[in-house]
Amino acid sequence: MSTGHRLVLDEVRLVLAGSTLLELDAEIGPGEVFTVMGPSGSGKSTLLAYLAGFLAPAFQASGRVLLDDSDITRLPAERRGIGLLFQDPLLFPHLSVAGNLRFGMPRAMPDKAARVETALAQVGLAGFGPRDPATLSGGQKARVALMRLLLSAPRAVLLDEPFSKLDRQLRHDMRRLVFDRLREAGLPSLLVTHDREDAEDAGGRVIELGQ
Amino acid sequence: MSFRLLRVLPLAAMLAVPLHTASAQQEWESVLDEARGQSVYWHAWAGDTRVNDYLEWVKRRVRDEHEIELVHVKIDDTGAAVSRVLAERSASNHDDGSVDLIWLNGENFAAMKENDLLYGPFAERLPNFALTFPEHNPEVVTDFTLPTEGYESPWGKAQITFYYDAGEVGDEPPRSMAQLLTWAEANPGRFTYPRIPDFLGSTFLKQALIALADDGDALYEPVAQSDFEAVTAPLWEYLDALHPHLWRSGRQFPANGPELRRLMADGEVALAFTFNPAEPAAAVADFELPESTRSYVLDGGTLGNVHFVAIPFNSPRSAAAMVVADFLLSPEAQARKQDISVWGDPTVLDVARLDEEHRALFDQHSDHPALLPPEALAETLPEPHPSWMTALQDAWQARYVGR
Amino acid sequence: MLRLAPWLIVTLLVGPILAGLAMALLPAFGYLPALGGHGFSLDPWRQLLAQPGLARSVGVSFTSGLVTTAISLAVVVLFLAGVSGSRLDRWIRRLVAPLLSIPHAAAAFGLAFLIAPSGLLSRLVSPGLTGWERPPDVLIVQDPWGLSLMAGLIIKEIPFLLLMCLAALPQIDPERRVAMARSLGYRPTTAWLKVVTPSLYPLIRLPVFAVIAYATSVVDVALILGPTLPPTLAVSILVWFNDPDLSRRFMASAGAVLQLGVTAAALIAWWCLERLVARLGRQWLARGGRGNGDSPLRLAGKGLIGLATLTAFAGIAGLALYSVAAFWRFPDALPQGLTAAHWLRALPALSGPVATTALIAIGATLIALALTLAALENEQRTGRQPAQGRLLSALTLLYLPLIVPQIAFLFGLVVVMESLGTRPTHALVIFGHLLFVLPYVFLSLAESYRRFDPRWSQLALSLGTSRNGAFWRVRLPMLLAPMLTAAAVGLAVSIGQYLPTLLLGAGRVPTVTTEAVSLAAGGNRRVIGVWAMVQASLPLVGFIIAVGLPRLLWGNRRDMRGSP
Repeated sequence: MSTGHRLVLDEVRLVLAGSTLLELDAEIGPGEVFTVMGPSGSGKSTLLAYLAGFLAPAFQASGRVLLDDSDITRLPAERRGIGLLFQDPLLFPHLSVAGNLRFGMPRAMPDKAARVETALAQVGLAGFGPRDPATLSGGQKARVALMRLLLSAPRAVLLDEPFSKLDRQLRHDMRRLVFDRLREAGLPSLLVTHDREDAEDAGGRVIELGQ
Repeated sequence: MSFRLLRVLPLAAMLAVPLHTASAQQEWESVLDEARGQSVYWHAWAGDTRVNDYLEWVKRRVRDEHEIELVHVKIDDTGAAVSRVLAERSASNHDDGSVDLIWLNGENFAAMKENDLLYGPFAERLPNFALTFPEHNPEVVTDFTLPTEGYESPWGKAQITFYYDAGEVGDEPPRSMAQLLTWAEANPGRFTYPRIPDFLGSTFLKQALIALADDGDALYEPVAQSDFEAVTAPLWEYLDALHPHLWRSGRQFPANGPELRRLMADGEVALAFTFNPAEPAAAVADFELPESTRSYVLDGGTLGNVHFVAIPFNSPRSAAAMVVADFLLSPEAQARKQDISVWGDPTVLDVARLDEEHRALFDQHSDHPALLPPEALAETLPEPHPSWMTALQDAWQARYVGR
Repeated sequence: MLRLAPWLIVTLLVGPILAGLAMALLPAFGYLPALGGHGFSLDPWRQLLAQPGLARSVGVSFTSGLVTTAISLAVVVLFLAGVSGSRLDRWIRRLVAPLLSIPHAAAAFGLAFLIAPSGLLSRLVSPGLTGWERPPDVLIVQDPWGLSLMAGLIIKEIPFLLLMCLAALPQIDPERRVAMARSLGYRPTTAWLKVVTPSLYPLIRLPVFAVIAYATSVVDVALILGPTLPPTLAVSILVWFNDPDLSRRFMASAGAVLQLGVTAAALIAWWCLERLVARLGRQWLARGGRGNGDSPLRLAGKGLIGLATLTAFAGIAGLALYSVAAFWRFPDALPQGLTAAHWLRALPALSGPVATTALIAIGATLIALALTLAALENEQRTGRQPAQGRLLSALTLLYLPLIVPQIAFLFGLVVVMESLGTRPTHALVIFGHLLFVLPYVFLSLAESYRRFDPRWSQLALSLGTSRNGAFWRVRLPMLLAPMLTAAAVGLAVSIGQYLPTLLLGAGRVPTVTTEAVSLAAGGNRRVIGVWAMVQASLPLVGFIIAVGLPRLLWGNRRDMRGSP
């Protein structure tokens, strides 16, 4: 699976009402987790929105985003191949656990049911497919959200403080699980956080904004 | 000679019995042919379930007999249908109107005719119209003193009929306007009349005016030709005396006849009146009024009038509308309408002049205690000129509204 | 395509109203060629001003608009301020929907029968307590001051304003605000009034304006409960429009224009009151009183809303009883017998109108829902949202049909439609209903739609779903409950329409409401009872589906129940 993808931020510059919010030039290799740290208001979330393709019209952006050497700067969000992991697991409440996992799977992917079962087994949730996501514990939800992301076969991943709402013990386990999985899949990842421990566990380069 | 006779004969026949001639027959046949398969939208007041049920029956009959699809457009105010026709004229819709037949009389007819909103003349073309024997019964071609000139076809009759709760009033209800005042003084709050400009309420004013006016003949000429103040002075004097003894001390009046009936039903008043002589008996059957309800007409007679159906000028289905109007005049339909168990609306046909077979249809006996025998309704006062109605309404409102 | 939605909405709503108003304005100044009015003159106005009791008509219309709104709003705010989550509170909230679904006319008939001297209340205590063998001759219903009219309107406007408040409240997080104020020593109800009301009012301001406009120009309720000598302005206008004397159409049109002015004047007066209350309110806030009169306020809120609810349901219960009553006369508390005759007589005539009503209501609601969703989705995609509570945003035009009195433009609209060559059909009636259904559907749905967490859609997109896919597979199913509620409101609005149905349908499109009103003309309370029950039960079916369907569909999805 680890063919290896590469995410390039080429002189990215975000501007709000004439003043520069953030400038970034970076190359994230396969399996690497690149951490962006900074206090609230430093433009972390704006950066994620820009990369994912949801930048609000109030902002202006310059520079390019390259994924595997193709320019995705102007592509709509759904065609960028960039996956997202939020603070909350955000499992669709109207779908079952399996339904959530299937949601992002490419239409042509064969053996969907088997893949869902395997993915659940990989995170210790074998047989959870038909369950209502509302009945899962916080840690279980987080794991389902991770597997949903991976099953959607992204080419890069953005992590928006994904561990901040978990309690201490769980946070540690989840970090390891997430980072291991991302490395295994060879996905370039960009982590946004204000928790230094997140950055340390990620083990990649760290830059700090707003300094 | 024979040639001339042939040409003269039909003409002579037409003059004698107009609708039995070959050509009239033919013409009517062609109307029937044209009507077949058409829909007729009949805008008719729908405040009475008994009337609505009767119209349902008419609908079935004209479908079976003439293949006409009759639709009863239920309205709460005939003026709404007039408004509709007017709106269509305003928008230059001269041949595709949405109203094919209207149930109306009096002011609405006068207004529509004056503004050229009616189709016709057509009444004389209806074969059954002859059964009303207009030469003997001028009321079927006169609507509130206005000659109908064939622009509307008679359908039924109405006459002011008083009704009361014998359990409270006893056997001696007031039988004249003067007695009514005395009775009201003795029974404060137990009588009222619909507020002006309601049709029934306005008729009460006219009834009172006829009884009180010194110069009764003036009422049958346009109001502009007489001294309105002088003629109506006794009426206002009477009303000023009557009002303090009315229901709610005359500070409030029911909206219309049906609401007046509801006040009777609720026991809020003990004496009321209606335009449909069969209404009290029907309301008893419907559990609305008590069994002790009785009805009567004032000594010297009460106002009566005929109600009609007319066809708007822009109806695209006037043929079918005429066929329906003709069916409404058939002895079968008229007899059923007069049947107290159906509607109880008196016929416009001259029953005495009908042939035996048809006359038998009207041989209905009812001993309902709330229903008057037909002979009691014999004394009918003719309606004054319509201009009096408007003038009385305006004067009443100027006098009693907003005090 | 989506980008056209807001423009389509505005055109659909504003065009007909302006055209209709123009066609009222011309005859008001003497121009109506069909009746021989070829030039302009002020005669219609002279005639109008000469009408006996005109000043009083105008006065009652103006006052009842302001008083109704002020009382309804005060009751709703007091109730919300005192809400403590008790069982009673939950019950009252739950009754909002059925109360809203009772048509205005049915509620008015119910109230009239309840409080009349020969009415249900008086019967219950007579002759035992009162000694009345006959109804007392006192003027209660249709009093000249319009008090019973206001009472009838208040009963119906309270649930509407309550629903609007409940929809707006989550935006301003009242619990946290009240908790904060209470930590500063304010009693709970006082805290709510001081920290929540000032933020809540701007959010419900437009619905409040709609209530004022409605109450100043209502026809059906005023016919039943309003004064009679003279009636309110709107009722007078209707009478003039239907007068056999066709020359009165000119004066009626002038009256329609005057009605527009009266409604505008009431709105302006309210706007001045707003300033005044805001000024006084600031002083009250700044004084820092912690609320010694807290409990009376809370009790007043609950008591009044309870009374209004109870009155509405008692009135309806009275009508229901009448629909099966045999002879029933004052002072009997109950009918002498029960009979199914009234229902059996009505049943054969029911199916047609019920089917037509359903067809029109569903048609208008589906179109309204589609347009609303398109406009809201467009707003999401372009990232442009109108400023909250601003009076002058483009979507304020949505309120135009709710603020311009129906009686002022509907008669003109009929002429416009005829001139365009449209003949009365179901489609035309659906279009007419859309004018009123669309604003309500939009209002009911907009808040939920705008507050919907944008991350859900972002997530769906990042998982490779297209924008349309995200709409159909995520947003729509997750917003099913508020969508169904909005649809139920739309259905109820459509089912209750009388004048638009009658005028645009030329009476050829009989709905339950037009049938009910035309039968009500007969004054037979048993028949009215039957039709009022039918009329009230149809929208109720909509609300039951709106509540029940999500529960059924999401029976095993805990987070989808009662959300979002």
